[in-house]
Amino acid sequence: MSGPRPYVRPAETLWWAHPPYLAYTLREATGVAVAGYALVLLAGLVSLASGERAYDAWLDFLKSPWSLALHALFLIGMIVHVWTWFRIMPKTMPRLVIGGRLVPQNWITAVGLAMATAAFIIILLVAEWMQP
Amino acid sequence: MPSDAAAGPASRDIVIEILRYRSETDQKPVPQAYRVPFTDDMSVLQGLQYIKDHLDGTLSFRWSCRMAICGSCGMMIGGEPKLACMTFLRDYYPGPLTVEPLKHFPIERDLVVTVGGFVKKIESIYPYLIPKTLRRLDEGEYLQTPSQLAQYEPFSDCINCMLCYAACPQFGENPDFIGPGAMALLQRYNGDSRDGAQAKRMEIVHADNGAWSCTAVGHCSDVCPKQVDPANAVNQNKTNSAVDFFLRFLRRPSDSPLGASDGGAP
Repeated sequence: MSGPRPYVRPAETLWWAHPPYLAYTLREATGVAVAGYALVLLAGLVSLASGERAYDAWLDFLKSPWSLALHALFLIGMIVHVWTWFRIMPKTMPRLVIGGRLVPQNWITAVGLAMATAAFIIILLVAEWMQP
Repeated sequence: MPSDAAAGPASRDIVIEILRYRSETDQKPVPQAYRVPFTDDMSVLQGLQYIKDHLDGTLSFRWSCRMAICGSCGMMIGGEPKLACMTFLRDYYPGPLTVEPLKHFPIERDLVVTVGGFVKKIESIYPYLIPKTLRRLDEGEYLQTPSQLAQYEPFSDCINCMLCYAACPQFGENPDFIGPGAMALLQRYNGDSRDGAQAKRMEIVHADNGAWSCTAVGHCSDVCPKQVDPANAVNQNKTNSAVDFFLRFLRRPSDSPLGASDGGAP
């Protein structure tokens, strides 16, 4: 029987490496920076639990040029992650209707970014205030 | 006929390179180039019509309304999923412009893709209102406030053009993924205050090929010609699915998810 013979194109494997998917790839990849921060903090907590010497060693590691470079990298990754994360946030929640009107998605993104910035500044101020 | 305008003195030429596939002779799709005269008001669809009328009558493509309502003429234009009727040749001058069938779908012939799988998905989501409580005619209409309408109204604008599927890399990797379009229609009913069949549709959301197959790439919403925002439909259903998963421990077995009663047809 000769009928239509649909052609299935081979799946693309490198779609994530090209625009318009690059923003998505960046958001997911920079999640590693977030995990990196968490690991550094966790290491600090473990060394705190295992005594003063371990904790001092961890503090010394934080002051090393290696650690500073790593943290600069983490910071860049974190900023990209926060930026792209709040851009996708309105997509993950039900439509926000206030007073019968739909709240625009870029407003939700703007509020999210403003709150993240505010939290960042507050933490910096508290850290500055707590310094001996 | 619109393509006659192209013969006028104010026209320019553009080369349109079309990915062609004739299943009876071609082993695989091959590009074929056509030189098309066009004027500034001509859409890509009109360019294709010019080819079919004047250059090559064997070219196949779907179209109907010419005004972004029927959803028939979705194709890859310059590598992006677009409606051919809504895209202008002038924006691609001097070209060449590549036109290919919608990505991720099997090609039937030339720019015509297989839509059967998508139609099956649309059918599977109970695409109709199933009232919470049936009202008799003398009880009047099912009432709804403007706020309740705003919750789902954009999702009802979908024209089934499947551009969002061509933009979705997850659908590209797994053709069984329910996908953005069908999920937008699902949310159009699940988000409707008059509907009571959320429990039935949540089964589809929870399933392996449901909302969790999405990784929130979000490009489906960018390419949507009707601003339906299917990424929003899929991703808010991840929240619904998670809430539903944890709340099931608190519910009595007779209750259905999201606090809605299953008031299906008697």
